[in-house]
Amino acid sequence: MSNATIMLIDLAILAVLIAGIRLFRTPQGARYGNLTAAFALVLAVAVTLQRHGLAQPQILLPAVLAGSAVGWWVAIRTDMIQIPAMVAFQHGAGGVAVALVSFVELLGTAGTPVSVVGKVSGMVGLALGAATFAGSMLAAGKLSNRMKPTPKVLPRHNLVLLVLAVVILALAGWIFGVDHRRATMTLLGTIALFSLGLGWVFAMRIGGADMPVLISFLNATAGLAAAFCGIIIENRLLIACGATVAASGSILTHVMCKAMNRRLANVFVGIAPSKGGGSGLGGTFGEIQPAVSSPVQTESPALAALGALKAARALVVVPGYGMALAHAQFAIVELMKQLEKMGKTVKFAIHPVAGRMPGHMNVLLAEADVPYDKLFEMDDINRELPETDLVLVVGACDVVNPAATNTEGTPISGMPILNAHLAKQVIVCNLDAKPGYSGVDNALYKDPKVIMLLGDAKKTLQDLNAAMVSG
Amino acid sequence: MPDLLMMLAVFAATFAIGYLLITRVPSLLHTPLMSMTNAISAVTIIGALMIFAHQTGVLEGTLGAVAVVGAAFNLVGGFVITHRMVHLFKKSTPPSPPAAIHDSRKQAEDGRLRNDDRRSNIGGQLR
Repeated sequence: MSNATIMLIDLAILAVLIAGIRLFRTPQGARYGNLTAAFALVLAVAVTLQRHGLAQPQILLPAVLAGSAVGWWVAIRTDMIQIPAMVAFQHGAGGVAVALVSFVELLGTAGTPVSVVGKVSGMVGLALGAATFAGSMLAAGKLSNRMKPTPKVLPRHNLVLLVLAVVILALAGWIFGVDHRRATMTLLGTIALFSLGLGWVFAMRIGGADMPVLISFLNATAGLAAAFCGIIIENRLLIACGATVAASGSILTHVMCKAMNRRLANVFVGIAPSKGGGSGLGGTFGEIQPAVSSPVQTESPALAALGALKAARALVVVPGYGMALAHAQFAIVELMKQLEKMGKTVKFAIHPVAGRMPGHMNVLLAEADVPYDKLFEMDDINRELPETDLVLVVGACDVVNPAATNTEGTPISGMPILNAHLAKQVIVCNLDAKPGYSGVDNALYKDPKVIMLLGDAKKTLQDLNAAMVSG
Repeated sequence: MPDLLMMLAVFAATFAIGYLLITRVPSLLHTPLMSMTNAISAVTIIGALMIFAHQTGVLEGTLGAVAVVGAAFNLVGGFVITHRMVHLFKKSTPPSPPAAIHDSRKQAEDGRLRNDDRRSNIGGQLR
């Protein structure tokens, strides 16, 4: 086959992949977009096998089958609330594959000697792949709550990171002076070990509300590592796919930082927004405690809330991660259906950082049967909030804290928020009236037009719904 | 050298095209987007398969096999879970609710809602 033909086939596969991504503009299109992208990858694997042959099928077939079977099994069983942990774990699986392929290629068993460019990119692939793997495993542990999600800081954390990076660079430089296979292998192994350490130490300091930034960033590094791996094996498809993923990860990282008014550099060098070192936003997060009977909690709030629900015509729900923790999304949907039956309109206002990863809240609500045309992005719904009769805040705190716009010098100052305080009336169904991740007291709670219903949001909503149904 | 230039051009071009397309993805779909691009990064499986096109020693064979397992897991798992996710997104249906396919977990949740007879203080106030 001529070079031109091979080039054309590669371009055709890329065109299919790009068409798949292009379909991600609408939820309907995304269904086909995902299948189209998957088809592009199947084509890529097929042409690779056609060009290089299926060598050693006794190893390859069981390996492919085992990986696919486990991947499929995990994917159909994962809960939607566990998606962030699953995606982080997948970044890690991709990272380990890149690191291993780069390692083997750097050993030069491919027959042809590795060029300088190949060596450099191979080592970047190895280091980046290993670091992505370690960082992703830690992120997956934190996101699945198997590990404490709070940031952990080592003494002289930045120095440790710097030393690790310098050691990796020095070892990488050393390789060029070595041509003994065994020595190369030892050096590459050591680079891999230090890169694992680098990834782990890098990720351990990021926690709480910054997790969506970390998971997006790992998305980008996994793609970048794949692209570098593509340079050492001189494979256009690998480079192109890796570059696309790197672009996507970069965009999402940027979107997350902007939504929290955080600078990427501050997230990574450990400048926490709050004084306590524990950073975070998003909702009432923490161990579930029995509802505190606050002094405000008298007979009236629940009845007042019921009256407000009955009187309101246009309602907006502001869900936070606390809603997901309380498994209250299904109760919200029941209430939504009841309210709609009574002729009221119900919309959902989604803050970009609601949830544990970009867009997570949309998936959780879609799973609970909320039609996606009722889910509104922050800028769109903020225009409507002043005309809204009633806002129902469920398990969210910092994303509706007016201090972000009114008060200077707080950790969340400048963060874009959902302007619930501009609505005519507000009901807050949170576990408690404590500040959110940011540690900033929420002035909204003291606003006279706000009705506080503290306690388990799921029960609160079920009770409200029952009272609405019975009239 | 022309090879290097070509590879850099491929990287730059696809990064740019990817960037332009992905900025137009609504935030509604960011989770499935990340999940799908994550599956795309499993294209490393090509590299892992190519290792076996040459004579491999025990070390190369073992590492290559682990790479194949990891990449295959990433590839299949990523696309399957994205498939599940994008199918959760539904448009509003007109008033008459169709006999939609009920997610089994949702039904379990419904059951729990009905069976739940413990009352919170708020429920008490309402009665």
